[in-house]
Amino acid sequence: MKVAVSSTGNKLESMIEQRFGRSPYFIIIDTDTMESEIVSNIGTGYAHGAGVGASQFLASKGVKAVITGNLGPNAYGALRAAKINAYTNFSGTVIDAIEKFKNNELKEFSSPTVPSHTGTGNTVSGRGQGRGRMR
Amino acid sequence: MKIAVASGKGGTGKTSVAVGLALAAEKSQLLDCDVEEPNIHILLKPNILETEKVEVQVPRIDDLKCNYCGDCAKFCQFNALFVVGDTAMVFPNLCHSCEGCIEVCKQNAIVYEPRCIGEIFIGKKDEIDVIYGLLDIGEALAVPIISAIKKKSIGEGIIILDAPPGTACPLAETVKDVDYCILVTEPTPFGLHDLEIAVEVVNQLGVPIGVIVNFAGVGNDEVYKYCKEKNLPILMEIPFDRKIAELYSNGIHFSLEMLEWKKNFSRLLKKICEVY
Amino acid sequence: MIQITIISGKGGTGKTSLTASLVALSNNTVIADCDVDASNLHLLLNPEISETIEFKGLKLAVIDQLKCINCGLCMEKCRFDAIKDYVVNSNSCEGCGLCVYICPVKAIDFIDRVCGYAYISDTDFGPMVHARLNPGMENSGKLVTLVRQKATEIAENNNKNLVLIDGPPGIGCPVIASLASINAAIIVVEPTLSGIHDLERAISLTNHFNIIPLVCINKYDINNANTDAIRSLCLEKDINILGLIPFDNKVTKAMVEAKSVIKYDPNSPASIEIKKIWSKLNDIFNI
Ligand code: SF4
Ligand code: SF4
Repeated sequence: MKVAVSSTGNKLESMIEQRFGRSPYFIIIDTDTMESEIVSNIGTGYAHGAGVGASQFLASKGVKAVITGNLGPNAYGALRAAKINAYTNFSGTVIDAIEKFKNNELKEFSSPTVPSHTGTGNTVSGRGQGRGRMR
Repeated sequence: MKIAVASGKGGTGKTSVAVGLALAAEKSQLLDCDVEEPNIHILLKPNILETEKVEVQVPRIDDLKCNYCGDCAKFCQFNALFVVGDTAMVFPNLCHSCEGCIEVCKQNAIVYEPRCIGEIFIGKKDEIDVIYGLLDIGEALAVPIISAIKKKSIGEGIIILDAPPGTACPLAETVKDVDYCILVTEPTPFGLHDLEIAVEVVNQLGVPIGVIVNFAGVGNDEVYKYCKEKNLPILMEIPFDRKIAELYSNGIHFSLEMLEWKKNFSRLLKKICEVY
Repeated sequence: MIQITIISGKGGTGKTSLTASLVALSNNTVIADCDVDASNLHLLLNPEISETIEFKGLKLAVIDQLKCINCGLCMEKCRFDAIKDYVVNSNSCEGCGLCVYICPVKAIDFIDRVCGYAYISDTDFGPMVHARLNPGMENSGKLVTLVRQKATEIAENNNKNLVLIDGPPGIGCPVIASLASINAAIIVVEPTLSGIHDLERAISLTNHFNIIPLVCINKYDINNANTDAIRSLCLEKDINILGLIPFDNKVTKAMVEAKSVIKYDPNSPASIEIKKIWSKLNDIFNI
């Protein structure tokens, strides 16, 4: 299974980046073969909506789980829609995260870790999950 | 006659100048274009006669027509659309209302619907019509509210616009079609630096500029040198005066208590109206 | 690593002067100036630029006059009225790409535009990251994010334990970017009616993001009644008041000399209070 980790650097020993959308790198690891691919996050180029952009990109890469620090509501909604599990509030190195993930030691999260600053997405399919505006 | 009062940043007394001019006119409209932190209504406490929601158009995707091709999401430069598998999502807060997605969708699955991002208020205080707006907390786009405020003003008589701080696009939106722009600054290195940037923006828009030096006497004379060099007229100097500061802190405009200032403002207003 | 952002509803409340003074008191800090469209901090810290980074924002449409057949479709469709006489006005173009898509003869290019620069510099007080947005450009908060990213990188690589962030004015997108995942925000307020109003807005913003607000009243003695009002407001909301800085003309004098007030006159009334604020911060965050 392909897991993406937001990373401050381009090595497996790099620290996890706390921000998902603006993460400088994503390290995508296939947990079966432990093959890894390093991508510089194209999302960092966006003015707004970096989290949604990153989600779209990772979905296109066939990623099934994401490990990161904080997740905003836009990215949360997008990942849910893409049926990508997200594991948040992790700090440590990328490789640590992967090991813990493989040992089932990470907790999947059920709500965004950063409050909305601008409301969230509206889905059209019955499957995706949109959230109301937080005030 | 539309006069914008601007400065590179807040706290230079820009709002005081705008209010001073409005008070000095017999009849005027005063537009507070700082929609993130409007202050004029706090100073003037107008009677609010009318409020209006400001809406922008954002897309809605009809799931009966959508085939999840993802073209719209690929097109959107602002990441406002997300399509994966059999789900298409709109993130309205990211949308710039460009209508591009409607154009690219081959299924005609996208329609526009309104979304509220803030409110404008229309009020009156004696002979001044006060219009101001408020961007909802957490919203990112101030420009639609500013243009809504500007649309509410009737295009005749004296119209004073209090510009938002900063030199980014909200300033350009406020100043772009006015007849004259007053830049308020202070005679310090901070003031000079911000003035230079503001002059650059206003020059790009081709609006004539005059400068008011506030807190005159506190700093150095670099601002004066700069104005001379750039041929910018100094319209007025307001000295640093504890009485002015104290009146302001209590929400009282100094021209109401210090009557010579009311005269100064009306003289200035007349001068600008004559020339432009 | 602790990250603290100094904000104020509006500019001109002494936020930058306070930031510069705190920087001068600290000794293991990375400085991030996130007031990218009207930055002033560099005027007090005299940074020496060691690296310049181009900042690319949204794209810009450009019409190739040789290919254009003057059909006018782009002018009709552009929602931002950015195209006149087959020329794109770069001030109005928001970079949506609609014209690029619809042009029947593909005469429109979509180019990257440099919207500003970020700088990495050295100062007498430690490394500093600052930026300048080109005048009139959209300030999306992205440049703020870039500045912060560089600042935390430097802090991590050099074992600096504090990142002090001079925040932008307002409550919009740039401020939001300057508040993301920080430890606390210092809100600088003057005791004026509009200052109190701005303070309330700033507090609701920090609440919105679950960030601890700390309040500093600047020139508290110009209006004691309002200062009391701010005090009771903070008491009611259970907000820590870090300090009350008196009106002190040394602050302006220091600015004219391009210095922080702490460096200009460490014993002036404002400096004495700022030192207290610094030690309080140390107590709270163990810097
Ligand atoms: S372009 Fe139209 S059909 Fe394709 S995903 Fe978007 S809304 Fe659906
Ligand atoms: S209207 Fe433009 S900005 Fe809005 S969702 Fe569609 S393509 Fe994106």
